Amino acid sequence: MNDALFLHRLHFAFTVTYHYIFPQLTMGLAPLIVILKTLGLRTGNPSYHRAARFWTRIFGINFLAGVVTGIPMEFQFGTNWSRFSQLTGGVIAQPVAMEGVFSFFLESAFLGLFLFGEKRLGPKGHWWAAFLVFVGSWLSGFFIVAADGWMQHPVAYQRLADGSFQVTSFWGVLANPWTLIQYVHTMSGAVVTGAFVMAAVGAFYLLANRHAEAGRIFVRVGVIAGIAASLFQIFPSGDMHGKYMAAHQPATTAAMEALFHSTAGAPMVILGQPDMEKKTIDNPIVVNKALSFLIYGTTSAEVKGLDQFPPQDWPTNVPLLYFSYHVMAGLGTLFVAIMAAAALLLWKRALFGARWMLWILMLAFPFPYIANTAGWLTAEVGRQPWLVYGLLRTEQGFSANVSAANTLFTLLGFMGMYALLSIFVMFLLARQIRQGPEDAGRPGRAPATLSGGEA
Amino acid sequence: MGTIWFSLVALMLVGYVVLDGFDLGAGALHLIAARTDGERRLVLEAIGPVWDGNEVWLLAAGGTLFYAFPLVYASSFSGFYLALNIVLWLMVFRAIGIEFRTHLADPLWCAFFDGAFSLASILLIVFFGAALGNVLRGVALGPDHYFFAALWTDFRPGANPGILDWYTILCAVVALAAVGMHGALYLILKTEGELNARLRTLVKRLWPALVGLSGIALAATVLVRPSLLDNYRSAPVAWAIPALVAAGLAGMAYFTRSGGERNAFLSSCLYIGATLAGAAVALYPALLPSSADPANSITIGKAAAGAASLSIGLLWWGIGMAIAIGYTVVVYSMFKGKVRAGSSYH
Repeated sequence: MNDALFLHRLHFAFTVTYHYIFPQLTMGLAPLIVILKTLGLRTGNPSYHRAARFWTRIFGINFLAGVVTGIPMEFQFGTNWSRFSQLTGGVIAQPVAMEGVFSFFLESAFLGLFLFGEKRLGPKGHWWAAFLVFVGSWLSGFFIVAADGWMQHPVAYQRLADGSFQVTSFWGVLANPWTLIQYVHTMSGAVVTGAFVMAAVGAFYLLANRHAEAGRIFVRVGVIAGIAASLFQIFPSGDMHGKYMAAHQPATTAAMEALFHSTAGAPMVILGQPDMEKKTIDNPIVVNKALSFLIYGTTSAEVKGLDQFPPQDWPTNVPLLYFSYHVMAGLGTLFVAIMAAAALLLWKRALFGARWMLWILMLAFPFPYIANTAGWLTAEVGRQPWLVYGLLRTEQGFSANVSAANTLFTLLGFMGMYALLSIFVMFLLARQIRQGPEDAGRPGRAPATLSGGEA
Repeated sequence: MGTIWFSLVALMLVGYVVLDGFDLGAGALHLIAARTDGERRLVLEAIGPVWDGNEVWLLAAGGTLFYAFPLVYASSFSGFYLALNIVLWLMVFRAIGIEFRTHLADPLWCAFFDGAFSLASILLIVFFGAALGNVLRGVALGPDHYFFAALWTDFRPGANPGILDWYTILCAVVALAAVGMHGALYLILKTEGELNARLRTLVKRLWPALVGLSGIALAATVLVRPSLLDNYRSAPVAWAIPALVAAGLAGMAYFTRSGGERNAFLSSCLYIGATLAGAAVALYPALLPSSADPANSITIGKAAAGAASLSIGLLWWGIGMAIAIGYTVVVYSMFKGKVRAGSSYH
């Protein structure tokens, strides 16, 4: 493998994976904050407003980290993937530029009002500010998924004589079926993260016997949102995604399951390690005929194996793709189990006394981050060896004018920078969680800047 | 159609420099002009609610460039690889400098983030100034319209120049003076008392330097690339632009003396906007000129995306930017007036 190509791939993979730690929480928390504020308006109970303010502070810090790690992503199409940018800019930059024009301006304008304007706007006006920040962050997610969706499943384009692409339909790019399916799957994944984080902080407060009233609100809202989003994640969104992928990226589907040979009544592998030399699965635990059923709705259908595709069209790292997919799907199933148990206890009014369940909720919050990351790895490793599926190979897209050493230098720079950023963010988040949601005892100063630090 | 998009991208970049310019300038002056903890908080409060929105102009401009002129986005971003990545790191430092300082009242914590904010602001202005210098001077574009610029070579703007040479360093110094001035005039508009008085003194001292540097930079630009005057020769009406630059400079001095804080700041906006417009007119129809063989220059015709992309884009861009300008107006009108300790957004 060409060193420079590998490093450019690693560079993008590292910076985008790190970046996505933050937006998944902001996009997941935004609707939950709107729900808390709605509950506050409906019931008149000030605890909901305090809870909303607490999560707004967490949101602000996360949002900032998302902004500063997101800016490099927009630049990296050009810096590290110049040939790709040159060829596809006339299509893919439509959603990329629309994100800037339609959602970043919206978010940045209303974020200020959302973070600073509660007194000035009044409860109803402030609800709208929160709602518009939610809309802005979800629009932002949409445009990025639309850009990725086009790379996964190119539509509404025309190729010009020089090989470049131009858009033929404004709505075609935005209403790409792949994009719509991937978007709802991504967004409910973000809500899973938001819900687990909210429930975890609530469980922590209850177990530590602090801020008990807020803790109960966090756990209740987190568990109800969590069960809804975890179920939606599997059905219908994950199911639709799997079927659409099997129809349009059959080689990827085969690699995700490490299905080396076409099989009628194909089994689903629960556990096992793909052996690329012998083209088998080691230590397999399988459910017979389940894969055929999941994709085609019948246990006898034939699923195409990797043997149906020329090896140069196989995803370049089949084991990584296989493991990413299995981690995502396995954790997704586990989330339903955890949240269903918690929801059942909540319904029986036994959750707040069930310390074992609170322990599970408190400790479970890292796993949605892992599942979301694994999901994106599945999508992007699965897209290989293509940048634009079926049309432009990855090795045709990187910046050939940037040497491997320079790429390594900036990759190391980003690693150092992000290590430092992680320390600051974790310190500030831990501090907010320790201070808790009570307004009393907090300095009466208004926040001075967007992440909610006080003047 | 290409010319329309050239103007739109130029307009967005002007919007970026005029808006983010004042918070970058405020950052550059942060350690010098604001001495006490209270004053530094005021500086942060004066830009706190708007800096992020200002930075969005750069992102939106970058996205628009990517869409309308994919080749120039691809070539310049990869060619200026090292400088751009340093810019990205500086932007991270600057953002956390602004945002994280205010979370803790500890003096060491605050000092660290004040330093990060100010140093990163200064270096960003230097890099942006040098970037403009690089575009005016041209880069060593190959026949495939790509290049890779070292951070510096022999510091001479010859056929194979680095990102930093004497000319681009001069541009960086001018940018520092111009954007520093812009930041000072903005902070004068937003503050009172001792800080305000100190900034006024600073503006009065900085002004002659800015006038002198602007003149030197203009002469140096013509020396480095005489063909930048071609458009002015063929369309003399374009000389109105340098006249506006001069008017902006005069306005800064006049209104600072007469106490017209808002007009002084607007004069600075005019100065920056007209300087950049002058550069855009001089470059047209090139987007990125070649320092060696003019045949390799990237022009509008070579870089523009397909005709369908350009006409479809006009619709969403127009609607989106109209809404975005609406937000900008609303935010600034809610945030008008002086900032006072702990008073933000009331």
